Amino acid sequence: MGKQQSLKQERTRKTVMSVVLAVICLIYMLPILTILINTFKEASAVKSSLFSLPNSETFVGFDNYETGMTAGSYPFWKAILFSTIITILSAALILIFCSMAAWYVARVNSVFCKIFYFLCIFSMVVPFQMVQFPLSKTADSLKLNTPWTIPIVYLGFGAGLAIFMFVGFTKSIPIEIEEAASIDGCGPLRTYFMVVFPMLKPTLISVAILEIMWVWNDYLLPSLVLDLKNGYRTIPVHIQLTTTGSYGQMNLGAMMALIFVSIIPIIIFYLVCQKYIIKGVAAGAVKG
Amino acid sequence: MKEKQKANSPVEAVEETVAEAVLEAETNAEDEAAVLESESAAVDGEQEQAAPVKPKKVKVRAGHSSMTRRSMRKWSWLFIGPVFVSFIIGFLWPFLQGIYLSFCSGRITTIAKAKLTGLQSYEKAFADESFFHAFWFTALFAIVSVVLINILAFAAAYALTQGVKGSNLFRTIFFMPNLIGGIVLGYLWSMIFDGLLDLYTTTNLVDDATYGFWGLIILLLWQQIGYMMIIYIAGLQSVPEDMLEAAKIDGATKRQTLFRVIIPNVMPSITICTFLTLTNSFKLYDQNLALTNGKPGRLTEMLALNISNGFANSATRGMAQAKAVIFFVLVAVLGIAQLVTTRKREVQQ
Repeated sequence: MGKQQSLKQERTRKTVMSVVLAVICLIYMLPILTILINTFKEASAVKSSLFSLPNSETFVGFDNYETGMTAGSYPFWKAILFSTIITILSAALILIFCSMAAWYVARVNSVFCKIFYFLCIFSMVVPFQMVQFPLSKTADSLKLNTPWTIPIVYLGFGAGLAIFMFVGFTKSIPIEIEEAASIDGCGPLRTYFMVVFPMLKPTLISVAILEIMWVWNDYLLPSLVLDLKNGYRTIPVHIQLTTTGSYGQMNLGAMMALIFVSIIPIIIFYLVCQKYIIKGVAAGAVKG
Repeated sequence: MKEKQKANSPVEAVEETVAEAVLEAETNAEDEAAVLESESAAVDGEQEQAAPVKPKKVKVRAGHSSMTRRSMRKWSWLFIGPVFVSFIIGFLWPFLQGIYLSFCSGRITTIAKAKLTGLQSYEKAFADESFFHAFWFTALFAIVSVVLINILAFAAAYALTQGVKGSNLFRTIFFMPNLIGGIVLGYLWSMIFDGLLDLYTTTNLVDDATYGFWGLIILLLWQQIGYMMIIYIAGLQSVPEDMLEAAKIDGATKRQTLFRVIIPNVMPSITICTFLTLTNSFKLYDQNLALTNGKPGRLTEMLALNISNGFANSATRGMAQAKAVIFFVLVAVLGIAQLVTTRKREVQQ
């Protein structure tokens, strides 16, 4: 009898907790929902009553999206395109070359490798401000200021975390497997690409997630390195450029539309690869 | 001949000279399999040194044990070269230049034209009041955000590991803001805050430093609770089941179980999260720039923004670089403290 009662108590407690959590989640989503609602309202209505739903007078359909997409006389799709190019290229470069370098570092382990590994870990603690001015000059003089070449800068700057994670995982792979491959006549290249690389898959996914999240959202590096006069912008750079100075004069509804559209790709990405993202984050956090 | 060809790539050249010198010393430190390999490689090396004109013999040996380090070294230009070169371009060279620049002052337009003036920039940096204000603002911000984020994230993780219905959905939602970048977050929240303030006051977010401070705190909480929650969930799930059962059998209350069993067991996660939130708060830039941009005046300027703003003017670049070095030392000390504490814990376990 007593046991049944405590079970019942437990069940009601859990239901209460479920409801409380659901309410908190709803509050958690409110900022994004508010933005979404306001993208359909007239600019004056956005300013005067941010938290009311659009009515027949203030509803403007997709007008805000139309103005928002060309705000600052720069087509927003171009910023999305450049962001996508830079993110994909950077992630690909980092995944391929950093995993190769990490394998080399883990297996050869010479003094040079040790120094390089140390420098990589060292680079993780250096704040960007330390290199921002010299880096922008160096990148400029080497013509690394286009969306097609800036991934090289990301490869250099992102090498630290990637190599750290890859080395950690490579060391846990038994060396006997690679020896077996070499006895079967594989050279280092084939051993790496046919044997080691497929085994790295979980770490590859984790690193990919971390690097994609970083590069996609990065603001300071592209704003300093990219050739803005040539029309190269990433999403954060575009948002910063169009809102500063014009904040207040700019149509608030259009600005909300711009913000909302820029969130959509990352939300889709999140919903599609949620499992990997959460795993990747947990893996990336356990760095020493 | 072969050696000369190899020396073409700079990475390879360094690698080779270093490698030859240390092959012997290395052998001790390796595990058994590696010892065998490097020994055969060492034999290779000696033979080559003694008779470098006999490439045939080396070729045969390399063919026999293709997985030796020697054969890997042949490909080092491909394996480590690309990362090494871009690491120098993207990090090492700018870092060294940065240290050099911090000892320069005056108008700095290019690095080549900068004049060395010793510690002048550092003196200026330490005399800059905005820098000190930024430091205290950042320190206070870091303390408040670290405490709040960790408590709330732990609470969320604890609630979500109780087997409540819909836990997965809640987790998904709590984590989502973390994916939105700092700039977008900043503008998103600045519009929300201004809308909220309009309801009750006539001021804006950028009119009052107190609003700015708490605005930044709320923004960061919203962004990072989900992230830290994920780490805490992983920690909570690794608490041994039998320990919890033993506590239950011994008649421990929920509270006792939490403080005596669960929290001691998730200490590693707590350390990680504390340091992550601490360094994140110290390095915060994008959110600060987008939400308040330091306004009113420079009252809500944090360290990173203060330094970055200094680079905009060629006359203050030397000082900004000196500040950056100080900032770097500060962050590095935090990083080393983290390393030491996590290492210690590993030893204990």
